[in-house]
Amino acid sequence: MRELGRILGRELPALLLLGGLAAAPFIGFGEGYMLTLLARMMILAMAAVSLSFIVAGAGLVSLGHAATLGFGAYAVVILDDLQVVDALFVLPAAILAAAGFALVTGAVAIRTSGVNFIMITLAFGQMAFFTASSLSGYGGDDGYTLYARTEVNGARLLDDRLVFHFVCLGALVLTWLLCRMLLASRFGRVLRAVRGNPMRAQALGFSPYPYRLTAYVIAGALGGAAGFLFANATEFVAPAYISWQRSGELLFMVILGGLSGLHGALLGAIGFVLLEEWLSHQWEHWRIAFGVLLILAVLFLPGGLSGIPAQLGRMLRRG
Amino acid sequence: MSLTLLLVQGLNGLQLGILLFLIAAGLTLVFGVMDFINLAHGVQYMVGAYLAAYFAAQTGSFWAALALALPAALVVGLVLEFLVFRHLYDRDHMAQVLATFGVILILNDGVKLLFGSAPLQVPMPAALTGGVPIMDGLLYPHYRIAIIAGGLATAALLWWLVERTKVGMLIRAGATNAPMVAALGIDIRRLFMVVFGFGAMLAGFAGVMAAPILSVEPGMGDNLLILAFVVIVIGGIGSVRGAFLAALLVGLVETLGRSMMPDLMRLVLDPSAARQVGAALASMLIYIAMAAILAFRPAGLFPVRAA
Repeated sequence: MRELGRILGRELPALLLLGGLAAAPFIGFGEGYMLTLLARMMILAMAAVSLSFIVAGAGLVSLGHAATLGFGAYAVVILDDLQVVDALFVLPAAILAAAGFALVTGAVAIRTSGVNFIMITLAFGQMAFFTASSLSGYGGDDGYTLYARTEVNGARLLDDRLVFHFVCLGALVLTWLLCRMLLASRFGRVLRAVRGNPMRAQALGFSPYPYRLTAYVIAGALGGAAGFLFANATEFVAPAYISWQRSGELLFMVILGGLSGLHGALLGAIGFVLLEEWLSHQWEHWRIAFGVLLILAVLFLPGGLSGIPAQLGRMLRRG
Repeated sequence: MSLTLLLVQGLNGLQLGILLFLIAAGLTLVFGVMDFINLAHGVQYMVGAYLAAYFAAQTGSFWAALALALPAALVVGLVLEFLVFRHLYDRDHMAQVLATFGVILILNDGVKLLFGSAPLQVPMPAALTGGVPIMDGLLYPHYRIAIIAGGLATAALLWWLVERTKVGMLIRAGATNAPMVAALGIDIRRLFMVVFGFGAMLAGFAGVMAAPILSVEPGMGDNLLILAFVVIVIGGIGSVRGAFLAALLVGLVETLGRSMMPDLMRLVLDPSAARQVGAALASMLIYIAMAAILAFRPAGLFPVRAA
């Protein structure tokens, strides 16, 4: 029981955020526009958590994570075109497609490290982007509008906004739980050891490569699931969703939130989407203010948004 | 494909390669010497182009615009260094990426605020509006040849600066082992500032030269930035020689690939599919090349830093 209390205490920020998302439709954020925004927020948070899992957990800073969302989203599109519209087939296909992409590209990319890893994942992301642009059967650059949202076992379940809200939330919670459990497991400890000092980990008898590749593929599969939801949320898929700027944004959510735990990615994604939404209604050239805030956050919040309490504590103690 | 067309495309590729080199040279030095990832380097190219457009509109002369835009680009670079970048040298790569992305957002929307989002035109200098006849009825513009010549001259100057002067020696030493240079009593911060300002000016120079043949618009630097990163990774981070060769390689592969790939694909596919697949493959070629080079030579073609 005390063990449970300790875990709850440590995960309090994440639980509060997820609880807030669950309560949101019932405390005044239930109309259509807000639910659309919340769905976008949760799907991006799902992608950000999976990215944070490999960035913070394994030191694999990928600048091509949006491509895994793209594989998931385009799996929905291609199956929609073939009139396969049941989630029982579409969701596994989306996950497998993204995991397959992560497996093939990761097998090459994980041979490099540091900046070169960033660049090679960028390169693979760009390849996916240009492939998507060339799919003229699915709209090419202009994108593809889905006929309808994916069915679940023949029922049009996802069409209900509130149901979709909780499907997204459920997927986000599952993603968070899975990454959380993996990081706490022996597997996660090996990943951290490899990130900290690959040589020492090797000396202890762990070969870094299979561990890192497995983590990369898991993150890719989760990205594919997020892509499946993204396609259903917007009912429209375009190559612009997988441009390098998108991958950059995901990485910024992770860093902005802070790398000290997975709740950082949750906080980063929520903060990013809210700030973007709010600022874009204030001023036509809101990106200027957004850029200034980003720079200030980097200069004055080295631990990210999730590091603010600890930073405040330090300042108070110093007087 | 005719030989003439190949020649024209080859020259265009060379010209793109030269522009890429001017951007990549600053990027690779900043990256190599300071271990600093500057995503905002692409917008410095855009700033150069906008400065050229502004001064050309004010003075009515391309040459006056060139003469005014270069020092102005230098000033912009130094101001950015002073306000933002110098506070990030000791931080990790991720903080640098995040903050310099902020600079991209500010400058991309800043020029929209100042000049509007419609593309601007910069007139070509009157002396260079003609062309060299390559075949009957086909002229290759003097201006594009001037870009190639100007870029090659800048490359030669840069080679002399880096290989034959004391500052160049310090830069090379800094790229190999910056802490050691600092330990030998060199003010490494001032060296950083010089490299930074110079890199910003080179990128601005590329922007000025590109302004008359491309449309000057917000975000014009973003895609070139990614190409420039490809160049410096292929060439080996910190190596100006590597950046030069890789820039020409990327410029040629990109340009020739775009014109030849659809034709090559037609040998195996039907025409409409060939056009689609060819275009996609052409866009991917340089990324495929980069992935292949990184997979087999993880430090690039001309590695600088001691392993």
